[in-house]
Amino acid sequence: MTAARRADGLIQVAVPTWIYLPAAVGTLFVIAPLIAMLFAVDWAHFIPLITSESSRAALILSLKTATASTLVCAFIGIPMALVLARGNFPGLAVLRALVLLPLVLPPVVGGIALLYTFGRQGLLGHQLDLVGFRIAFSTAAVVLAQSFVSLPFLVLSLEGALRSAGAGYEHIAATLGARPSTVLRTVTVPLVLPGLISGAVLAFARSLGEFGATLTFAGSLQGVTRTLPLEIYLQRETDADAAVALSLVLIVVAAVIVIASAGRRLAGLR
Amino acid sequence: MKSLLGPTLATLSVAALLAGCSSPQHQEITVFAAASLQPTFSELGSQFEKDYPGTKVTFNFAGSADLVTQLKHGAPADVFASADTANMTAAVDAGLTAGEPVNFASNTLTIVTPPGNALNITTFADLADPGTQVVVCAPQVPCGAATEKLEQATGVRLTPVSEESAVIDVLGKITSGQADAGLVYITDASRAGSRVESIPVPESSSAVNTYPIAVLAESANPSAAHKFVELVTDPRGQTALTAAGFGSP
Repeated sequence: MTAARRADGLIQVAVPTWIYLPAAVGTLFVIAPLIAMLFAVDWAHFIPLITSESSRAALILSLKTATASTLVCAFIGIPMALVLARGNFPGLAVLRALVLLPLVLPPVVGGIALLYTFGRQGLLGHQLDLVGFRIAFSTAAVVLAQSFVSLPFLVLSLEGALRSAGAGYEHIAATLGARPSTVLRTVTVPLVLPGLISGAVLAFARSLGEFGATLTFAGSLQGVTRTLPLEIYLQRETDADAAVALSLVLIVVAAVIVIASAGRRLAGLR
Repeated sequence: MKSLLGPTLATLSVAALLAGCSSPQHQEITVFAAASLQPTFSELGSQFEKDYPGTKVTFNFAGSADLVTQLKHGAPADVFASADTANMTAAVDAGLTAGEPVNFASNTLTIVTPPGNALNITTFADLADPGTQVVVCAPQVPCGAATEKLEQATGVRLTPVSEESAVIDVLGKITSGQADAGLVYITDASRAGSRVESIPVPESSSAVNTYPIAVLAESANPSAAHKFVELVTDPRGQTALTAAGFGSP
């Protein structure tokens, strides 16, 4: 590929042609399993399989809990990202590393950690139990597990957006006499909104796929704690066709969300 | 070049000779076994390696249904030991086995509670008391199927707070004190030792899980595979299984 001179006089450097081959292999690596899934689906029974009572209960529970978890992540994640991006105090780097820990932790480990925190005999769970608030085996436990694993996705996206947006406009607003809260509301948030949305979408998608922490911490009961990934895991024991059909539903839901947000983000950039 | 080639060739041929010498003694078998068999089979595996020096036994412990799925998709193995007859039947129907499966053990359910049994549970009917948080296996897995049978036999309908997909997850909810009581196999309770309290259920004799074992059709080493099945079914294997809490087949 040769460098082409654009109308504005800048030289656009193309990607070397050979790069396309490993890139194509990589794309195939991601897409091939999805295509294999399409071939494995028992299409004749697809609709009955995904509309059975247990499947519907799992899908509805998954959508509800993932939405709740995304709200929890936004509620606590936005302030965290602001502090990490704009704060200035010793130990900030260590704090960031700790906050992002759930990202690299195996979900089962997260589930065990939550068990010993919010479980009946846990650090906080015991006190909560005494005042009559029991998290174990409730839908709240599912939301807690999903929020724990999804939070870093929102914090990381938003912090990145805050850093690349810079603090220039905020300084100007402050010089013009705006209070910190006014700057946050009228300058910072509108500026990083695309980053916030993509972070929220990532958190939602991660919540939707959460399995390990939920299984370890929340249990598995239809309509209460058995989300779609847990239902797939259970169906696989007796009905492989149902497991494959539900897996496809999960893939489609996740793909729709990710593609919709990507489209939105591209529109936002223009 | 020539001076280098000579020693290299000599080394290669010595290596080939050595490999040739050791190969007749070196044998390896892979055993796919239900998760509940892990402690007992690991012990029997060491015994087998002592009995037949140069033979190595590798295990893959997982849920029986998982193992059948793996075998159907071509996982290389020599022996399959299932925690129930349903999954062994599935393996036989798929043409995975060579010869008739042999029943070698049985397992029944027991109630487990966290140490101290705070709610003083003594019978199966106590599990249905309102406010008692009971965890069981889902009906789709063998321990859950046994639980359903037990409910029918006793006429007691349970309202569990969680239906887990593996017996180990039920046990985890009890050892961590999350739930008040759970239904697991006797062998799981004995493995958990003092971390749980067992309450025997007399009616559990109506819900017995039988464990069959079979040599697989694709076995690369059928003679060693048959010897392993022999060890499991002979008095030494049976003693080890009884010690772990298994019943006779």
